[in-house]
Amino acid sequence: MSLAVRVIPCLDVDSGRVVKGVNFENLRDAGDPVELAARYDQAGADELTFLDVTASSSDRETTYDMVSRTAEEVFIPLTVGGGVRTAEDVATLLRSGADKASINTAAVSRPEVINEIVARFGSQVLVLSADVARSADVASGFEVTTHGGRTSTGIDALAWCVDAAERGVGEILLNSIDADGTEAGFDLELIAAARAVTRVPLIASGGAGDPSHFPPAIAAGADAVLAASLFHFGPVDMIARVKDEIRQAGYSVR
Amino acid sequence: MTRPSVAVLDYGSGNVHSAVRALNRAGAAAQLTRDTQTLLNADGLVVPGVGAFSAVMEALKAIDAPRWIGRRVAGSRPVLGICVGHQILFERGVEHGVAAEGMGEWPGEVTALPRDVVVPHMGWNTVDAPAQSALFEGIGQERFYFVHSYAVQTWDFDQTLEVMRPPAITWSHHGADFIAAVENGPLTATQFHPEKSGDAGMQLLQNWIGTL
Repeated sequence: MSLAVRVIPCLDVDSGRVVKGVNFENLRDAGDPVELAARYDQAGADELTFLDVTASSSDRETTYDMVSRTAEEVFIPLTVGGGVRTAEDVATLLRSGADKASINTAAVSRPEVINEIVARFGSQVLVLSADVARSADVASGFEVTTHGGRTSTGIDALAWCVDAAERGVGEILLNSIDADGTEAGFDLELIAAARAVTRVPLIASGGAGDPSHFPPAIAAGADAVLAASLFHFGPVDMIARVKDEIRQAGYSVR
Repeated sequence: MTRPSVAVLDYGSGNVHSAVRALNRAGAAAQLTRDTQTLLNADGLVVPGVGAFSAVMEALKAIDAPRWIGRRVAGSRPVLGICVGHQILFERGVEHGVAAEGMGEWPGEVTALPRDVVVPHMGWNTVDAPAQSALFEGIGQERFYFVHSYAVQTWDFDQTLEVMRPPAITWSHHGADFIAAVENGPLTATQFHPEKSGDAGMQLLQNWIGTL
């Protein structure tokens, strides 16, 4: 018996619609998050993540409605990130049907919000999403960034992982800004460095371009792997191919 | 056939709606409620649970839940505990070195998982159900979704008592063996989240609803 490595597709959503398209055949509506979530569920996704890129807070209601409609149809864990600033935002997402919320910039600005959310809902609801870039300006060589890597924070990413875990986050989503978009593989050094300093589950993100990229990320210490484009634009059975690759490397998958 | 009524106890935190949605999908007429009469009279009662053991126990005591859950059990009225709702049915929970009394339906302590594994235990794991299990009937080697840092890691129930049928215990493993599910007459509990466990979880909920 052992815990399975989780394979997690991430969908960008804007005002309740999936953006950047998805390449499944026979979709009625490639922008419908509910239909796509159901397809990913059938394809073997172990969890789903929605990244809400909705700019206007007045459109946030459509996000909550989207989460609610998805939760009616899909019975695997659902994480929603983007725009989460307060414990009240998390409460609204949970009421809508999300199982977890991920927090990024708001936690960098005010780390205490982690403690507040965890005190109210428990560690299991909160994922720390960290956008990490290599930098000579911090001790470990890995720096926390915001705004998709454009803004440096001066915060050491490994120290941030330790701090966030102590404050109670249930998981850490490590998104490598350097690897993101390269399709050349995950940042294995970053994963290994984070694994060495924390025992909360780590989700590796950024750089996946081929099923062969996944086993090394797990060997480096990832408990879960997240990708977007590879699943959206790859063949329909890409999740199965990734899981086969992971299984053949000797790890458990569902 | 009418759908069995299931009351899902509402104590105001976490995603308890997913349990209601999954139960409805599995064939029950489920509702989230804190009305004592509804909770007592429903064909089935689900006690979900997220967060800390002691906080959940306090919330339950505040609405006198241990007493009326006991009344349901005494009357052979089915109760299903999920996650912390499973844990609080044992004698006590120890979190951060502080012990809190549980409902004591079963012997045993809820304690931290070993320090040499990744915690929380989060994700899909296998379970080892006994042959006589009705809850896992037709499920086979499917995985279930777990999220927890504490678990009951020993089972000290006297299985030789002739006055009652011994409970069916299902085990899982993360750093140590721990109890993943208990079936004990009207009282059923799972450490994992059937409402988040896809088709396997749906089958398990259907099995439970079928007993109502």
